[in-house]
Amino acid sequence: MELGGIIEYGLFFLSFVGIYALLSLGLNLQWGLTGQFNIGIAGFFAVGAYTSAILTTAPSPHHLGGFGMPLAVGLVFAMVLAGLVAVLVGLLTVRLRTDYLAIATIGIAEIIRLGLKNEEWLTNGVRGIPGIPRPFAETLGQSDGVFLLVVVVLILMVYLALEAARRSPWGRVLRAIRENEDGVRAAGKHIERFRLEAFVVGSMIMGLGGALFAHFVGFISPEAFTPEFATFLVWVMLIAGGSGNNKGAVLGALIIWLVWTGTEFLTSMAPPEYVTQAGALRLLMIGILVQVILLVRPDGLLPEETADRTK
Amino acid sequence: MSIEVRDITKTFGGLTALRDCSLTVEPGTITGLIGPNGAGKTTLFNIVAGAFKPDSGQVLFEGADITGLGTHRLFRRGIVRTFQVPNEFSRMTVRENLMVVPSGQMGESLAAAWFSRRAVRRQEEEVAAKVEDVLAFLNLDHVGAELAGGLSGGQKKLLELGRTMMTDAKMVLLDEPGAGVNRSLLAHLTEAIERLKEERGYTFCIIEHDMDLVERLCYPVIAMVRGEILASGAMEDIRSNQAVVEAYFGNAKVGGR
Repeated sequence: MELGGIIEYGLFFLSFVGIYALLSLGLNLQWGLTGQFNIGIAGFFAVGAYTSAILTTAPSPHHLGGFGMPLAVGLVFAMVLAGLVAVLVGLLTVRLRTDYLAIATIGIAEIIRLGLKNEEWLTNGVRGIPGIPRPFAETLGQSDGVFLLVVVVLILMVYLALEAARRSPWGRVLRAIRENEDGVRAAGKHIERFRLEAFVVGSMIMGLGGALFAHFVGFISPEAFTPEFATFLVWVMLIAGGSGNNKGAVLGALIIWLVWTGTEFLTSMAPPEYVTQAGALRLLMIGILVQVILLVRPDGLLPEETADRTK
Repeated sequence: MSIEVRDITKTFGGLTALRDCSLTVEPGTITGLIGPNGAGKTTLFNIVAGAFKPDSGQVLFEGADITGLGTHRLFRRGIVRTFQVPNEFSRMTVRENLMVVPSGQMGESLAAAWFSRRAVRRQEEEVAAKVEDVLAFLNLDHVGAELAGGLSGGQKKLLELGRTMMTDAKMVLLDEPGAGVNRSLLAHLTEAIERLKEERGYTFCIIEHDMDLVERLCYPVIAMVRGEILASGAMEDIRSNQAVVEAYFGNAKVGGR
C-alpha cells in the first residue's frame, strides 16, 4: 500500500476510534465513577444516530423528515434526545442496584433497536437512512481528515468537561456512591439525584457518539446497533483502558479498536467456507482478551488516579 | 439536645425485635446500650436513625416527632450514625473520605462544578482545612493520603468517627465503635469520644459489647434483652442486676428462675 493509502486508512481508523472513545467516556462516567452497570449503550447510541440523521438529511418520503438542518443542530438534539430517554430510563431504574440496572438497560436498548426496525414511518425500518451529510462537506469535501478534526475537538471538549466534573465535589460523591452507598446516605446525600445526573450526562455523550457515527458512515440501519458492536465492545474498551480514568477510556478505545480491526484482517484470510465461524471467533478472541486483562491488569492499562488532590 | 424513644414496637415477620421500648438519651451524656446478640440494639438504632419505621411508638428529637423521617432528613436535623461494619470508601483516600461528608457543598452541583470553579475551589479549601483539623484530632494525619481500604480495622473505626465530625451534627449514634480495635487504638478512640463530649458538646449513644469500655465511657448504661429494656443506670448497678446477668448467661427466662 502506498503512503497516501496508509494515511487515508489511518484517518478512517482514528475516526472510528474517536466515536468509540466518546461512548467509552460516557460509560466511564456511569460505570467508572458511579458504578452504574449500563449494558444498554447501544440504545443511547442509536437514539443519537437516528436523531441527528433525521434532522440533517434532505427531505425524504421514506422516513420522518429529513429536515435538512445544520449538522450542529443535529448533534445538539442527538444529545438532548438521548438525555431525555436517559431521564425516563433513569427515573424508572435509579433505585436499582447494579445487576438489576443491567437487565433493565439491555432490555431498553433492545426495545429501541426493534422500534427503529419496525417503525418505518420514522426510520425507514431495515432499509435504513442514507445520505447523512458529513461535517463541512459543502465547503471542505468528504475528507476523513476534516471529520477526524471535528471528532477530536468534540472529544477534547467532552474530556475536559468530564475531568472537571470528576475532580469536583460532584465527582467525589459519585465515586463514594460507587464505593459504598450506605456510607453516602449516612452523610445525608440524595443518592438518587447524583445517580440520575451521572446516568443522563453519560447517556448524552453516548448520543453524541451516535450522531457522529451516523455522519461518518453516512448510512444507518438498525443492524449497526446490536449489543456486540455498540455495547459489548465499549465495555471491553473501558475495562482494558482503565475504568475510572478518562484517559484510560480513550486509550482503551484506541487499543481495542486496533485489536478488533486487526482480527478482521486475520479472519479475512480464512477460507470462504469458514468466514462465518471466523466472525464468531473474533468475538471469542475479544472475550479472551478481557479475561487476560482482568487477570493481569485488573485495573486496566491506566488505573484510576487516586492521588491526593486536597493538598 | 435529647432523643426520647417512646413505646417503640417493631416486628420482622413473626419475630418481635422490639417490644414497647422507651428510653432517653440526655444531652451531654455518653449513653451506653448493651445486651446480648439479638437483643434489638441495632434495630433500635436503625429506627432512631431513620433506616426503619417502627410498627408503633414515637421517636422525639429535641421534643419534635422524628419517627420515620429518612436518614438524610435526620442528618439535616443533626443526628448522625456509624455502622458496626465501617462504611469507608475503599478506593478513595482518607482525606477524600472525609471531604465527601459535609453538606451544602456547592460543588456537588454539576453546573457549579463547571461554571463556578473559583467559588467551588474556595469552599474546597475550607472543607480541606476542616479535614486537617479532624485528622489531627484523631491522630490520623499520617494516613491522610492513603486509600481508606488499606487502613487497619481500628483506623477505619476512627475514620467513621471522623466522618461524623465532618458534619454539624452533635448527636452521634455509634454502633460498636470498639469492635475489632486493638488496645492502643481503643484508648485513643475512647479519649477522642470523651474529648468530643467535653470540648465540643457532643452527645453520644453507643452500642458496645466491650464491658470495660462501656464502664469507662458510658453513663447511663441501658441494658436490653430480647427486644425489651431491662435496666438502666450506672454500669456497676447493671452488673449486679440479676435479670441482666441471667440474660447474658442465657440460663433463665427473663424474670424467672
